[in-house]
Amino acid sequence: MQIVAKGLTYTYNPKSPFASNALKGVDLTIGEGEFFGIIGHTGSGKSTFVQHLNALIRLTGGSLRVGEYDLADKKCNFIELRSKVGMVFQYPEYQLFAETVEKDVAFGLKNFRKDMDEEARAAAVREAIETVGLRYAEMEGRSPFELSGGQKRRVAIAGVIVTKPVILILDEPAAGLDPLGKQELMELLHRIHGGWCKTVVIVSHDMDEIAENCTRAAVFSEGKVAMEGTPAEIFSRSGELFALGLDVPMTARCALRLKERGIDIQTDYTCRDFTDKVLALWKAKGGGDAQ
Amino acid sequence: MLNDVTFGQYYPAKSFVHNMDPRAKIVLIIAFIVAIFLARNFFGLAAVFLVLVFLVLLSRVPFGRVLRSIKMILFVIVFTAILNLFFYSGESAYEPLVDWWIFTITYESVVNMVFLALRLFLLVMGTSILTLTTTPVALTDGIESLLTPLKWIRFPVHELALIMSIALRFIPTLTDETNRIIAAQKARGANFETGGLIRRAKAMLPVLIPLLVSAFRRAEDLGDAMDARCYSGAKGRTKYKKLRFTWRDLLGVLFFAALITGIVFLNMYLGTKFDIIAQIASLF
Repeated sequence: MQIVAKGLTYTYNPKSPFASNALKGVDLTIGEGEFFGIIGHTGSGKSTFVQHLNALIRLTGGSLRVGEYDLADKKCNFIELRSKVGMVFQYPEYQLFAETVEKDVAFGLKNFRKDMDEEARAAAVREAIETVGLRYAEMEGRSPFELSGGQKRRVAIAGVIVTKPVILILDEPAAGLDPLGKQELMELLHRIHGGWCKTVVIVSHDMDEIAENCTRAAVFSEGKVAMEGTPAEIFSRSGELFALGLDVPMTARCALRLKERGIDIQTDYTCRDFTDKVLALWKAKGGGDAQ
Repeated sequence: MLNDVTFGQYYPAKSFVHNMDPRAKIVLIIAFIVAIFLARNFFGLAAVFLVLVFLVLLSRVPFGRVLRSIKMILFVIVFTAILNLFFYSGESAYEPLVDWWIFTITYESVVNMVFLALRLFLLVMGTSILTLTTTPVALTDGIESLLTPLKWIRFPVHELALIMSIALRFIPTLTDETNRIIAAQKARGANFETGGLIRRAKAMLPVLIPLLVSAFRRAEDLGDAMDARCYSGAKGRTKYKKLRFTWRDLLGVLFFAALITGIVFLNMYLGTKFDIIAQIASLF
């Protein structure tokens, strides 16, 4: 399913002294199969934008199509749309509520697939829990409130992916996780991406995360898309990013320093590619004419 | 979903009323309520109504905004009005309008009903001006200051004010949190919009439990944060923003004194609420 937004606008608390324009005409297309990153700082409208994608915020201005669903259409089946566009909110562990992990993960299935029989449901729940890297037998009967922070987040993500959404949106999924937890989370996303989950959209502050994982990204600023392209394209325009008050990945900062010293490296800003290029350069230089 | 709770919501603006001392505003609102209950005839209520309109204009809060607070208690007004219409037990100088089974409607009961509804209406409008023009913090500061005499009987005034301001402070936070959890559960297919009352109440469970859990978590965090800053109650505590009476408050007091005097005079010369029937009749 392809996401096409044209001229999307949204205002919080319209007609009041608290009115604020969160979106001021967003044009953005996210193709099927992409691992898309959305960058921007607090208040840039990125969370408002992603909440439009499964109609948690109703369209008030502009047009938005997600696959065959036209969100401007009042007769659009929002429930069906939400079963296909999964949304993992920031700190999803705070939405856990059921007595057992099993019941909490099954919540989405019970809502979306009412016709599903017990066995199929239990199998789907088991699969989801195992997909996020937890042991089903250990988890299913426990209360989600007695788990550790990282486990809670995994359970919460399992509760979203249990319905196998075609598009998975994650708002700051790695916030508050330790480096290992972050890495495992990204590995998990890559594992499901390309299978039943065709498109992954992540909202992130972490530029390294975007550079390492995304096929394409967009930079939001003051309710608009300021930049769009592959991470390599975006991070090569570091000056503009700094002007927007944003950062660049560590690799881009290193590349900038090298450039200042007259060494130009063409890289896609992933850690592996950057180190390979630098090493190759080093070897080439060590082989003969040292500057 | 939860953004239409107007009652007690601060409306930011710069006005005479906004700039008044919260203590003066609280006392004057009590005077306003006294004025409403002092009025014995419709002319008194009309005077109160004019004052109300004047106050709203002075406060620069849109009329629609003030009226919205009525919406919340419209049911109460209608309900008490109807009860009063049917079960008014006073003497009647006229023939009853309706007399059926246990229901008797007389001219007096109609007058009584209208009078009561107007009173309630003025009461809610008046108090909502207070909350619309005073920030919750200023309001609790004012209450704390006004309750100071109670400290003599060892009443925990400061603690009470602190509890109030914490509760008020967390209303928007918890509202945001609620909206976030609602969105998250909606994304997992929860349906809050259809079904009967019981089904809807059940549907709220996945919202209420995480909300409660997070409220406890926040309370504990706040307690820790206060301990970390060595909070030790009211003892030796000073204020950054001191409340001060100004000429505005003096004007307010004079104005309300005039209102109450006016109502006393109206009561003396223009009869009781029931005389309105004869007064209207004499016009024709």
